[in-house]
Amino acid sequence: MSSQIHIATRKGLFQLDRSSSGWSLGRHDFHGEHVSMVLKDHRDGTTYAALNHGHFGVKLHRSNDDGKNWEECAVPVYPEGATIGAGPFSTDGKPKPASLSEIWALEPGGPDQPNRLWCGTIPGGLFRSDDCGSSWQLVESFWDLPERQHWFGGGKDDPGIHSICVHPENSQQVAVSISCGGVWVTKDDGASWTCKADGIRAEYVPPDQAYDPNIQDVHCLVQSPSHPDFYWAQHHNGVFRTTDGANSWQEITTIQPSGFGFAVAVHPKQPDTAWFVPAIKDECRIPIDGKFVIARTTDGGLTSEVLTNGLPQEYAYDIVYRHALDVDQTGECLVTGSTTGNLWISEDGGDSWQTISTTLPPIYCVRFAKS
Amino acid sequence: MVRVVFTPNLERHLSCPEATVSGDSVREALDAVFETDQQLRGYILDDQSRLRQHMVIFVDGKTIVDRVHLSDSISPNSEIYVMQALSGG
Repeated sequence: MSSQIHIATRKGLFQLDRSSSGWSLGRHDFHGEHVSMVLKDHRDGTTYAALNHGHFGVKLHRSNDDGKNWEECAVPVYPEGATIGAGPFSTDGKPKPASLSEIWALEPGGPDQPNRLWCGTIPGGLFRSDDCGSSWQLVESFWDLPERQHWFGGGKDDPGIHSICVHPENSQQVAVSISCGGVWVTKDDGASWTCKADGIRAEYVPPDQAYDPNIQDVHCLVQSPSHPDFYWAQHHNGVFRTTDGANSWQEITTIQPSGFGFAVAVHPKQPDTAWFVPAIKDECRIPIDGKFVIARTTDGGLTSEVLTNGLPQEYAYDIVYRHALDVDQTGECLVTGSTTGNLWISEDGGDSWQTISTTLPPIYCVRFAKS
Repeated sequence: MVRVVFTPNLERHLSCPEATVSGDSVREALDAVFETDQQLRGYILDDQSRLRQHMVIFVDGKTIVDRVHLSDSISPNSEIYVMQALSGG
Protein backbone atom coordinates (compact mmCIF):
# COMPACT_ATOMS: atom_id res chain seq x y z
CA MET A 1 0.00 0.00 0.00
CA SER A 2 1.30 3.46 -0.87
CA SER A 3 2.28 5.61 2.07
CA GLN A 4 2.52 9.08 0.52
CA ILE A 5 -0.08 11.23 -1.23
CA HIS A 6 0.26 14.72 -2.66
CA ILE A 7 -2.68 17.13 -2.55
CA ALA A 8 -2.64 20.09 -4.96
CA THR A 9 -4.96 22.86 -3.84
CA ARG A 10 -5.95 26.46 -4.45
CA LYS A 11 -3.65 27.48 -1.60
CA GLY A 12 -0.63 25.25 -1.78
CA LEU A 13 0.68 21.72 -1.99
CA PHE A 14 0.06 19.36 0.90
CA GLN A 15 1.59 16.00 1.64
CA LEU A 16 -0.24 13.19 3.35
CA ASP A 17 1.80 10.44 4.97
CA ARG A 18 0.86 7.07 6.37
CA SER A 19 2.48 5.84 9.57
CA SER A 20 1.61 3.07 12.00
CA SER A 21 -1.01 5.37 13.51
CA GLY A 22 -2.67 6.13 10.19
CA TRP A 23 -2.75 8.97 7.71
CA SER A 24 -1.75 12.50 8.67
CA LEU A 25 -1.13 15.76 6.84
CA GLY A 26 2.53 16.75 6.77
CA ARG A 27 4.38 19.14 4.51
CA HIS A 28 2.67 22.26 3.16
CA ASP A 29 4.64 23.90 0.36
CA PHE A 30 3.89 26.91 -1.83
CA HIS A 31 1.72 28.58 0.81
CA GLY A 32 -1.18 30.42 -0.72
CA GLU A 33 -0.32 29.49 -4.28
CA HIS A 34 -2.62 27.84 -6.79
CA VAL A 35 -1.13 24.41 -7.50
CA SER A 36 -2.79 23.01 -10.61
CA MET A 37 -0.91 19.72 -10.94
CA VAL A 38 1.53 17.56 -9.00
CA LEU A 39 3.51 14.52 -9.99
CA LYS A 40 5.96 12.34 -8.14
CA ASP A 41 7.91 10.54 -10.84
CA HIS A 42 8.29 6.96 -9.63
CA ARG A 43 11.32 6.44 -11.87
CA ASP A 44 13.68 8.80 -10.05
CA GLY A 45 11.66 10.16 -7.14
CA THR A 46 11.50 13.74 -8.44
CA THR A 47 8.42 15.67 -7.41
CA TYR A 48 6.98 18.28 -9.77
CA ALA A 49 4.50 21.01 -8.84
CA ALA A 50 2.82 23.27 -11.38
CA LEU A 51 1.86 26.68 -10.03
CA ASN A 52 -0.52 29.19 -11.47
CA HIS A 53 0.29 32.58 -10.01
CA GLY A 54 -2.63 34.93 -10.47
CA HIS A 55 -0.37 37.77 -11.49
CA PHE A 56 2.91 36.23 -12.55
CA GLY A 57 1.84 33.33 -14.74
CA VAL A 58 2.37 29.58 -14.82
CA LYS A 59 5.53 28.11 -13.28
CA LEU A 60 6.91 24.62 -12.74
CA HIS A 61 9.02 23.60 -9.76
CA ARG A 62 10.77 20.33 -9.00
CA SER A 63 12.26 18.75 -5.91
CA ASN A 64 14.71 15.89 -5.58
CA ASP A 65 14.35 15.57 -1.82
CA ASP A 66 10.63 15.16 -1.18
CA GLY A 67 9.91 18.87 -1.03
CA LYS A 68 12.64 20.01 1.32
CA ASN A 69 14.10 22.08 -1.50
CA TRP A 70 12.42 23.23 -4.70
CA GLU A 71 13.92 24.71 -7.83
CA GLU A 72 12.06 26.45 -10.61
CA CYS A 73 12.47 24.75 -13.98
CA ALA A 74 11.18 25.62 -17.43
CA VAL A 75 7.57 25.85 -18.56
CA PRO A 76 6.14 25.09 -21.99
CA VAL A 77 6.28 28.05 -24.36
CA TYR A 78 4.21 28.37 -27.50
CA PRO A 79 6.06 29.42 -30.63
CA GLU A 80 5.97 33.12 -31.40
CA GLY A 81 2.82 33.94 -33.28
CA ALA A 82 1.08 30.66 -32.40
CA THR A 83 -2.69 30.93 -32.22
CA ILE A 84 -5.58 28.85 -31.07
CA GLY A 85 -8.57 28.44 -33.34
CA ALA A 86 -11.21 31.12 -33.41
CA GLY A 87 -13.60 28.56 -31.95
CA PRO A 88 -17.34 28.73 -31.77
CA PHE A 89 -17.35 31.34 -29.02
CA SER A 90 -14.95 33.88 -30.49
CA THR A 91 -16.40 37.36 -30.45
CA ASP A 92 -14.60 38.63 -33.50
CA GLY A 93 -13.97 35.46 -35.49
CA LYS A 94 -10.21 35.87 -35.25
CA PRO A 95 -7.79 33.32 -33.81
CA LYS A 96 -6.49 34.14 -30.33
CA PRO A 97 -2.77 34.20 -29.54
CA ALA A 98 -1.74 31.01 -27.78
CA SER A 99 -0.41 31.72 -24.32
CA LEU A 100 0.09 29.28 -21.48
CA SER A 101 -2.71 29.62 -18.96
CA GLU A 102 -2.45 26.32 -17.09
CA ILE A 103 -0.47 23.11 -16.80
CA TRP A 104 -3.31 20.62 -16.68
CA ALA A 105 -1.60 17.26 -17.18
CA LEU A 106 1.86 16.01 -16.29
CA GLU A 107 2.95 12.41 -16.76
CA PRO A 108 6.23 10.50 -16.87
CA GLY A 109 7.31 8.78 -20.06
CA GLY A 110 8.00 5.07 -20.18
CA PRO A 111 10.78 3.24 -18.37
CA ASP A 112 12.89 3.37 -21.53
CA GLN A 113 12.60 7.20 -21.55
CA PRO A 114 14.07 8.02 -18.14
CA ASN A 115 14.05 11.81 -18.49
CA ARG A 116 10.83 12.11 -20.50
CA LEU A 117 7.86 14.08 -19.24
CA TRP A 118 4.62 14.74 -21.09
CA CYS A 119 2.71 17.92 -20.35
CA GLY A 120 -0.79 18.93 -21.39
CA THR A 121 -1.79 22.55 -21.22
CA ILE A 122 -4.55 25.02 -21.65
CA PRO A 123 -4.87 26.15 -24.45
CA GLY A 124 -4.61 22.65 -25.87
CA GLY A 125 -0.88 22.20 -26.32
CA LEU A 126 0.98 18.94 -25.85
CA PHE A 127 4.61 19.36 -24.84
CA ARG A 128 7.37 16.95 -23.95
CA SER A 129 10.61 17.27 -22.08
CA ASP A 130 13.55 14.89 -22.33
CA ASP A 131 15.53 16.55 -19.56
CA CYS A 132 13.19 16.36 -16.57
CA GLY A 133 11.58 19.73 -17.23
CA SER A 134 14.71 21.77 -17.91
CA SER A 135 13.34 22.46 -21.39
CA TRP A 136 10.13 21.74 -23.28
CA GLN A 137 9.27 21.11 -26.91
CA LEU A 138 5.85 21.61 -28.42
CA VAL A 139 4.68 18.40 -30.11
CA GLU A 140 4.17 20.09 -33.44
CA SER A 141 2.59 17.05 -35.09
CA PHE A 142 -0.24 17.40 -32.60
CA TRP A 143 -0.40 21.18 -32.66
CA ASP A 144 -0.56 21.18 -36.46
CA LEU A 145 -3.56 18.88 -36.67
CA PRO A 146 -6.21 20.70 -38.72
CA GLU A 147 -8.83 19.22 -36.42
CA ARG A 148 -7.43 21.32 -33.57
CA GLN A 149 -9.12 24.36 -35.07
CA HIS A 150 -12.46 22.82 -34.09
CA TRP A 151 -11.65 22.13 -30.44
CA PHE A 152 -13.26 24.37 -27.86
CA GLY A 153 -13.29 24.91 -24.13
CA GLY A 154 -15.49 23.01 -21.70
CA GLY A 155 -15.37 24.38 -18.17
CA LYS A 156 -12.44 26.55 -19.21
CA ASP A 157 -12.54 29.26 -21.85
CA ASP A 158 -10.06 27.50 -24.12
CA PRO A 159 -9.55 23.82 -24.97
CA GLY A 160 -7.21 21.96 -22.67
CA ILE A 161 -5.34 18.65 -22.48
CA HIS A 162 -6.08 17.07 -19.12
CA SER A 163 -5.30 13.37 -19.57
CA ILE A 164 -2.17 11.69 -20.92
CA CYS A 165 -1.94 7.89 -20.78
CA VAL A 166 1.43 6.33 -21.61
CA HIS A 167 1.06 2.68 -22.56
CA PRO A 168 2.65 0.69 -19.72
CA GLU A 169 4.39 -1.76 -22.05
CA ASN A 170 5.04 0.41 -25.10
CA SER A 171 6.06 3.96 -24.38
CA GLN A 172 5.71 4.87 -28.06
CA GLN A 173 1.94 4.64 -27.64
CA VAL A 174 0.31 7.54 -25.85
CA ALA A 175 -3.35 8.49 -25.57
CA VAL A 176 -4.39 12.08 -24.92
CA SER A 177 -7.80 13.53 -24.24
CA ILE A 178 -9.00 17.07 -24.54
CA SER A 179 -11.90 19.15 -23.32
CA CYS A 180 -13.34 19.47 -25.89
CA GLY A 181 -11.45 17.58 -28.57
CA GLY A 182 -11.96 13.85 -28.10
CA VAL A 183 -9.30 11.19 -27.60
CA TRP A 184 -6.14 11.05 -29.71
CA VAL A 185 -3.62 8.23 -29.89
CA THR A 186 -0.07 8.07 -31.20
CA LYS A 187 1.72 4.78 -31.73
CA ASP A 188 4.99 6.26 -32.93
CA ASP A 189 6.04 8.45 -30.01
CA GLY A 190 4.13 11.46 -31.23
CA ALA A 191 5.07 11.47 -34.89
CA SER A 192 1.47 10.92 -35.99
CA TRP A 193 -1.92 10.98 -34.31
CA THR A 194 -5.35 9.44 -34.83
CA CYS A 195 -8.63 10.52 -33.28
CA LYS A 196 -9.99 7.54 -31.38
CA ALA A 197 -13.36 8.54 -30.00
CA ASP A 198 -15.73 6.52 -32.20
CA GLY A 199 -18.78 5.60 -30.19
CA ILE A 200 -18.50 8.41 -27.66
CA ARG A 201 -21.67 10.46 -27.74
CA ALA A 202 -22.41 14.08 -26.88
CA GLU A 203 -26.11 14.57 -26.30
CA TYR A 204 -25.76 18.33 -25.82
CA VAL A 205 -24.91 19.17 -29.44
CA PRO A 206 -27.15 19.00 -32.52
CA PRO A 207 -28.03 15.36 -33.22
CA ASP A 208 -26.05 15.10 -36.44
CA GLN A 209 -22.88 16.04 -34.54
CA ALA A 210 -23.46 13.88 -31.47
CA TYR A 211 -20.95 11.24 -32.52
CA ASP A 212 -18.34 13.60 -33.99
CA PRO A 213 -15.18 12.20 -32.32
CA ASN A 214 -13.30 15.49 -32.53
CA ILE A 215 -15.64 17.53 -30.33
CA GLN A 216 -16.21 15.08 -27.49
CA ASP A 217 -15.86 16.50 -23.99
CA VAL A 218 -14.02 13.72 -22.21
CA HIS A 219 -13.55 14.95 -18.64
CA CYS A 220 -10.98 12.34 -17.70
CA LEU A 221 -9.33 9.35 -19.38
CA VAL A 222 -7.58 6.48 -17.59
CA GLN A 223 -5.90 3.35 -18.91
CA SER A 224 -5.86 -0.03 -17.23
CA PRO A 225 -2.26 -0.77 -16.17
CA SER A 226 -2.81 -4.52 -16.37
CA HIS A 227 -4.89 -4.57 -19.59
CA PRO A 228 -3.74 -1.53 -21.57
CA ASP A 229 -6.37 -1.97 -24.28
CA PHE A 230 -8.97 -1.08 -21.66
CA TYR A 231 -9.60 2.62 -21.14
CA TRP A 232 -12.32 4.26 -19.07
CA ALA A 233 -13.57 7.77 -19.83
CA GLN A 234 -15.70 10.02 -17.68
CA HIS A 235 -17.41 12.21 -20.26
CA HIS A 236 -19.63 15.24 -19.92
CA ASN A 237 -22.72 13.22 -20.57
CA GLY A 238 -21.76 9.84 -19.25
CA VAL A 239 -19.26 7.08 -18.77
CA PHE A 240 -17.64 5.27 -21.69
CA ARG A 241 -15.29 2.32 -21.97
CA THR A 242 -13.21 0.68 -24.65
CA THR A 243 -11.69 -2.79 -24.58
CA ASP A 244 -9.92 -2.63 -27.92
CA GLY A 245 -7.38 0.12 -27.50
CA ALA A 246 -9.81 2.98 -28.14
CA ASN A 247 -10.85 1.72 -31.56
CA SER A 248 -14.46 1.58 -30.40
CA TRP A 249 -16.19 2.87 -27.32
CA GLN A 250 -19.28 1.68 -25.50
CA GLU A 251 -21.49 3.86 -23.36
CA ILE A 252 -21.97 2.65 -19.78
CA THR A 253 -25.40 3.67 -18.53
CA THR A 254 -25.52 1.81 -15.25
CA ILE A 255 -23.42 4.11 -13.08
CA GLN A 256 -25.58 5.21 -10.14
CA PRO A 257 -26.85 7.65 -9.06
CA SER A 258 -25.63 9.59 -12.10
CA GLY A 259 -23.37 9.15 -15.08
CA PHE A 260 -22.17 12.74 -14.82
CA GLY A 261 -18.93 13.59 -13.09
CA PHE A 262 -15.35 14.56 -13.70
CA ALA A 263 -13.12 11.92 -12.17
CA VAL A 264 -12.52 8.24 -12.86
CA ALA A 265 -10.00 5.76 -11.48
CA VAL A 266 -9.36 2.23 -12.71
CA HIS A 267 -8.16 -0.72 -10.63
CA PRO A 268 -4.46 -1.49 -11.29
CA LYS A 269 -5.07 -5.22 -11.75
CA GLN A 270 -8.76 -5.57 -12.56
CA PRO A 271 -9.69 -3.68 -15.74
CA ASP A 272 -13.42 -4.14 -15.12
CA THR A 273 -13.26 -2.31 -11.80
CA ALA A 274 -13.51 1.49 -11.82
CA TRP A 275 -14.64 4.27 -9.51
CA PHE A 276 -16.52 7.50 -10.25
CA VAL A 277 -17.85 10.50 -8.32
CA PRO A 278 -21.39 11.17 -9.58
CA ALA A 279 -23.08 14.56 -9.53
CA ILE A 280 -25.91 16.53 -11.08
CA LYS A 281 -24.83 17.57 -14.53
CA ASP A 282 -24.38 20.81 -16.40
CA GLU A 283 -24.91 24.09 -14.58
CA CYS A 284 -25.80 22.51 -11.24
CA ARG A 285 -22.74 20.38 -10.50
CA ILE A 286 -23.50 19.30 -6.96
CA PRO A 287 -24.05 15.85 -5.45
CA ILE A 288 -27.52 14.44 -5.90
CA ASP A 289 -29.79 15.20 -2.91
CA GLY A 290 -26.81 16.59 -0.97
CA LYS A 291 -25.38 13.07 -0.57
CA PHE A 292 -21.70 12.65 -1.44
CA VAL A 293 -21.09 9.18 -2.83
CA ILE A 294 -18.56 7.18 -4.81
CA ALA A 295 -19.79 4.82 -7.52
CA ARG A 296 -17.99 1.57 -8.25
CA THR A 297 -18.37 -1.06 -10.90
CA THR A 298 -16.57 -4.39 -10.72
CA ASP A 299 -18.02 -5.99 -13.83
CA GLY A 300 -17.09 -3.63 -16.60
CA GLY A 301 -20.14 -1.45 -16.12
CA LEU A 302 -22.85 -4.11 -16.24
CA THR A 303 -23.78 -3.04 -12.71
CA SER A 304 -22.60 -0.43 -10.24
CA GLU A 305 -22.64 0.10 -6.48
CA VAL A 306 -23.16 3.34 -4.58
CA LEU A 307 -20.59 3.62 -1.79
CA THR A 308 -21.56 5.80 1.16
CA ASN A 309 -19.93 4.41 4.31
CA GLY A 310 -18.03 7.28 5.95
CA LEU A 311 -19.10 9.87 3.39
CA PRO A 312 -21.44 12.79 4.25
CA GLN A 313 -25.04 11.97 3.34
CA GLU A 314 -26.68 15.33 3.93
CA TYR A 315 -25.84 18.94 3.09
CA ALA A 316 -22.85 17.88 1.01
CA TYR A 317 -22.15 20.07 -2.01
CA ASP A 318 -18.67 18.84 -2.84
CA ILE A 319 -17.53 18.47 -6.42
CA VAL A 320 -14.51 16.32 -7.21
CA TYR A 321 -12.48 17.62 -10.13
CA ARG A 322 -11.03 15.31 -12.77
CA HIS A 323 -7.64 14.84 -11.13
CA ALA A 324 -8.91 14.56 -7.57
CA LEU A 325 -9.57 10.81 -7.35
CA ASP A 326 -6.75 8.28 -7.32
CA VAL A 327 -6.13 4.65 -6.49
CA ASP A 328 -2.87 3.10 -5.38
CA GLN A 329 -1.08 0.14 -6.90
CA THR A 330 -2.86 -2.41 -4.73
CA GLY A 331 -6.30 -1.24 -5.79
CA GLU A 332 -7.32 -1.16 -2.15
CA CYS A 333 -6.40 2.40 -1.17
CA LEU A 334 -8.27 5.33 -2.71
CA VAL A 335 -8.11 9.04 -2.05
CA THR A 336 -10.42 11.81 -3.16
CA GLY A 337 -10.64 15.52 -2.40
CA SER A 338 -13.27 18.09 -3.19
CA THR A 339 -13.85 21.70 -4.07
CA THR A 340 -15.07 22.17 -0.51
CA GLY A 341 -11.74 21.14 0.97
CA ASN A 342 -12.84 17.74 2.18
CA LEU A 343 -10.36 14.89 1.89
CA TRP A 344 -11.30 11.24 2.25
CA ILE A 345 -9.36 7.97 2.12
CA SER A 346 -10.49 4.39 1.77
CA GLU A 347 -8.29 1.39 2.48
CA ASP A 348 -10.79 -1.25 1.40
CA GLY A 349 -11.47 -0.43 -2.21
CA GLY A 350 -14.12 2.16 -1.41
CA ASP A 351 -16.27 0.06 0.93
CA SER A 352 -15.59 2.51 3.77
CA TRP A 353 -14.05 5.97 3.96
CA GLN A 354 -12.33 8.02 6.62
CA THR A 355 -12.29 11.80 6.68
CA ILE A 356 -8.78 13.24 6.71
CA SER A 357 -9.75 16.92 6.66
CA THR A 358 -12.77 19.13 6.17
CA THR A 359 -10.85 22.39 6.09
CA LEU A 360 -8.38 22.24 3.22
CA PRO A 361 -8.51 24.75 0.36
CA PRO A 362 -10.34 23.70 -2.82
CA ILE A 363 -8.60 20.55 -4.05
CA TYR A 364 -7.52 20.22 -7.69
CA CYS A 365 -5.44 17.07 -7.72
CA VAL A 366 -4.65 14.11 -5.48
CA ARG A 367 -1.95 11.60 -6.39
CA PHE A 368 -0.38 8.63 -4.71
CA ALA A 369 3.39 8.49 -4.85
CA LYS A 370 3.73 5.22 -6.71
CA SER A 371 6.81 3.07 -6.78
CA MET B 1 19.40 56.68 -16.74
CA VAL B 2 15.99 55.09 -16.32
CA ARG B 3 15.05 53.65 -12.94
CA VAL B 4 13.04 50.41 -12.97
CA VAL B 5 11.29 49.27 -9.79
CA PHE B 6 9.43 46.01 -9.31
CA THR B 7 6.56 45.18 -6.98
CA PRO B 8 7.93 43.81 -3.69
CA ASN B 9 5.44 40.94 -4.00
CA LEU B 10 7.76 39.44 -6.57
CA GLU B 11 10.36 38.91 -3.87
CA ARG B 12 8.35 35.89 -2.69
CA HIS B 13 9.35 34.16 -5.88
CA LEU B 14 12.67 35.56 -7.01
CA SER B 15 15.10 38.38 -6.46
CA CYS B 16 14.32 41.56 -8.38
CA PRO B 17 16.17 44.57 -7.04
CA GLU B 18 15.54 47.92 -8.66
CA ALA B 19 17.62 48.50 -11.76
CA THR B 20 19.10 51.44 -13.63
CA VAL B 21 19.16 51.03 -17.39
CA SER B 22 18.96 52.98 -20.61
CA GLY B 23 16.41 52.90 -23.43
CA ASP B 24 13.89 54.92 -25.39
CA SER B 25 10.83 52.77 -24.74
CA VAL B 26 9.42 50.59 -22.00
CA ARG B 27 10.34 47.54 -24.07
CA GLU B 28 13.94 48.61 -24.41
CA ALA B 29 14.26 49.36 -20.73
CA LEU B 30 12.77 46.06 -19.63
CA ASP B 31 14.81 44.10 -22.17
CA ALA B 32 17.90 45.66 -20.64
CA VAL B 33 16.86 44.35 -17.23
CA PHE B 34 15.87 40.92 -18.53
CA GLU B 35 19.16 40.56 -20.36
CA THR B 36 20.68 39.56 -17.07
CA ASP B 37 17.60 37.89 -15.61
CA GLN B 38 15.56 35.78 -18.01
CA GLN B 39 13.59 34.19 -15.20
CA LEU B 40 12.23 37.58 -14.15
CA ARG B 41 11.06 38.14 -17.72
CA GLY B 42 8.64 35.21 -17.43
CA TYR B 43 7.02 36.73 -14.34
CA ILE B 44 6.34 40.07 -16.05
CA LEU B 45 5.68 39.10 -19.67
CA ASP B 46 3.74 36.14 -21.05
CA ASP B 47 5.08 33.69 -23.60
CA GLN B 48 4.06 36.04 -26.40
CA SER B 49 6.12 38.87 -24.83
CA ARG B 50 3.03 40.86 -23.85
CA LEU B 51 2.55 42.37 -20.43
CA ARG B 52 0.81 39.73 -18.29
CA GLN B 53 -2.91 40.26 -17.92
CA HIS B 54 -2.80 41.09 -14.23
CA MET B 55 0.29 43.27 -14.30
CA VAL B 56 0.44 47.00 -14.82
CA ILE B 57 3.34 49.34 -15.62
CA PHE B 58 3.51 53.00 -14.62
CA VAL B 59 5.88 55.41 -16.37
CA ASP B 60 6.33 58.65 -14.50
CA GLY B 61 3.01 58.13 -12.76
CA LYS B 62 0.92 57.13 -15.78
CA THR B 63 -0.01 53.63 -16.88
CA ILE B 64 1.36 52.56 -20.22
CA VAL B 65 -0.97 52.35 -23.21
CA ASP B 66 0.66 49.63 -25.28
CA ARG B 67 0.50 46.41 -23.27
CA VAL B 68 1.34 44.28 -26.32
CA HIS B 69 4.45 45.88 -27.77
CA LEU B 70 5.40 48.05 -24.76
CA SER B 71 6.21 50.85 -27.18
CA ASP B 72 5.41 53.70 -24.78
CA SER B 73 8.28 56.13 -24.90
CA ILE B 74 10.39 57.06 -21.92
CA SER B 75 12.83 59.83 -21.20
CA PRO B 76 16.34 59.46 -19.77
CA ASN B 77 15.10 60.37 -16.30
CA SER B 78 11.93 58.27 -16.32
CA GLU B 79 10.88 56.03 -13.49
CA ILE B 80 9.20 52.74 -14.41
CA TYR B 81 7.18 50.91 -11.80
CA VAL B 82 6.18 47.31 -12.57
CA MET B 83 3.25 46.51 -10.31
CA GLN B 84 0.41 44.07 -9.82
CA ALA B 85 -2.96 45.13 -11.13
CA LEU B 86 -5.75 45.04 -8.57
CA SER B 87 -7.12 41.54 -8.78
CA GLY B 88 -6.88 38.34 -6.87
CA GLY B 89 -8.64 36.40 -4.18
